[in-house]
Amino acid sequence: MLKILVGIKRVIDYNVRIRVKPDGTGVVTDGVKMSINPFDEIALEEALRIRERGEAAEIVAVGIGPDDAQQQLRTALAMGADRAILVKHDGPVDPLVAARTLHAIVQKESPALVIVGKQAIDDDAAQTGPMLAALWDRPQATFASRVEFKGDTLVVTREVDAGLETDEVDLPAVITADLRLNEPRYVKLPDIMKAKKKPLDVTDLAALGVDAGSPARVVHWEPPAQRQKGVMVKDAAELVDALKKKGLI
Amino acid sequence: MNKVLVIAEHAGGRLNPATAKCVTCATSVPDAEVTVAVFAAEGAEVAAQAAGLKGVARVLLVENPANAQPLAAVLAPQVVKVATGHGHVFGPSTTFGRDLMPRVAALLGVPQLSDVMAVDSATRFKRPVYAGNAITTVEVAAGSVVVCTVRVASYGSAPAGGSASVEKVSVDVALPAHTRFISVSAAKSDRPDLQTAPRVVAGGRALGSAENFELIYRLAAKLNAGVGASRAAVDAGYAPNEMQVGQTGKIIAPELYMAIGISGAIQHLTGIKDARTIVAINKDPEAPIFEIADIGLVGDLFTLLPEIERLA
Repeated sequence: MLKILVGIKRVIDYNVRIRVKPDGTGVVTDGVKMSINPFDEIALEEALRIRERGEAAEIVAVGIGPDDAQQQLRTALAMGADRAILVKHDGPVDPLVAARTLHAIVQKESPALVIVGKQAIDDDAAQTGPMLAALWDRPQATFASRVEFKGDTLVVTREVDAGLETDEVDLPAVITADLRLNEPRYVKLPDIMKAKKKPLDVTDLAALGVDAGSPARVVHWEPPAQRQKGVMVKDAAELVDALKKKGLI
Repeated sequence: MNKVLVIAEHAGGRLNPATAKCVTCATSVPDAEVTVAVFAAEGAEVAAQAAGLKGVARVLLVENPANAQPLAAVLAPQVVKVATGHGHVFGPSTTFGRDLMPRVAALLGVPQLSDVMAVDSATRFKRPVYAGNAITTVEVAAGSVVVCTVRVASYGSAPAGGSASVEKVSVDVALPAHTRFISVSAAKSDRPDLQTAPRVVAGGRALGSAENFELIYRLAAKLNAGVGASRAAVDAGYAPNEMQVGQTGKIIAPELYMAIGISGAIQHLTGIKDARTIVAINKDPEAPIFEIADIGLVGDLFTLLPEIERLA
């Protein structure tokens, strides 16, 4: 029976209004609610459903981040992951570094499937999954909205710009989860209690032989340009007039 | 001289309009020499279209039956070969580019910059993060190959009028067989393409059903506009996934964007904030969409849409 690895990234909660620090060194994180990247939650949910169908035996949740990222891994355990690994690192993690880290863990754990979110809602990079697949020299099925086992292969439906693309990939493989793959379950209180007893191993980049350095570095942060507030019209006729005057219709 | 390689996106013998926008971004690299690479089973037609874009110095055509479909695992090793000698490798921030370029970067052992919206220098770029709520400036160390996806909504199309040479090249690299294309199902429609249409009409959750979404299609037809949808409308099954506009869907920059019954979550707004004129119609005067709309109209869309259709 196969093992599934799921990437769990700690990000600023999706409902928080992002504010750039006045000195341009980052965004405000003090006292801000942190959560699992929503796409990683979908990735984990998919792994849980595969296990519940009897097609996988074990789910390992992997996070890279500061000590506090243990909170998100505990949530992943409460959702149903069997065990968790935190790769401790303070400071930003470039997607290539994240992919190298996951690759190092893949070498140790030999999963048949790695599922990660298609992107993280903080850096919006959408790179870790394909980069891991490249380093591992295995298939990638990005933006997945449906995953089905067919013997030793997976049939994956992908949300692409043109519509829905279906690909077949051999295992082991990397999948990145899109929005409509599933709807993640809510965590129940007894599961939170149970999750406290599940194993959560802590390691770090050095122990895995991964260099955190990157040739690309963010040198400045700024808020986006704001749009001017517009005008209100009172009815359909006024709206159509305004659009015609601007030559838009 | 900065040698910039642009990876062409195409389907059905047509160059995707995103490629002409990538070329514009590529030509904004100081002292750029722009090469477009076309990977196809038979790509003469596409290569000719790329060669006709102003600013393109040459087109490399890599023909291989394995390139009939744009599978990242198959294309990436070929891109790496062709990229030799180039300091910059650009692709569009479409699902094609977002699938392929990180795989290319990882094979090259370099980071990738997603959604580049401005080129400050050959090593310095701007890109949005947090659904466009912050803009970062990224500096790449000199000597490191810069692999990017280009935020196509930030760039105009390179005009016609180029006359680049087309050079067929063969790439000697082992291609994996572990990933196989089965099918792509795209709804056939005569409507303008959402990502390039000058006008877009989009519907949200307030439409209430797939049947009611017909009101959006009708107004779009009247205005010769593309059709978009909010995530909520797609999740509810009112509209297909390829119509989703926003952080996790399509980022668009039409002349006119009409948001109908869309409340305007920040994840949606990031997909439209480069639109020239935003019109919002919503029955809730407090809806966040009105904060960024150029023209707002509070009212019931079921009464207003037929009226607008009649008057337009």
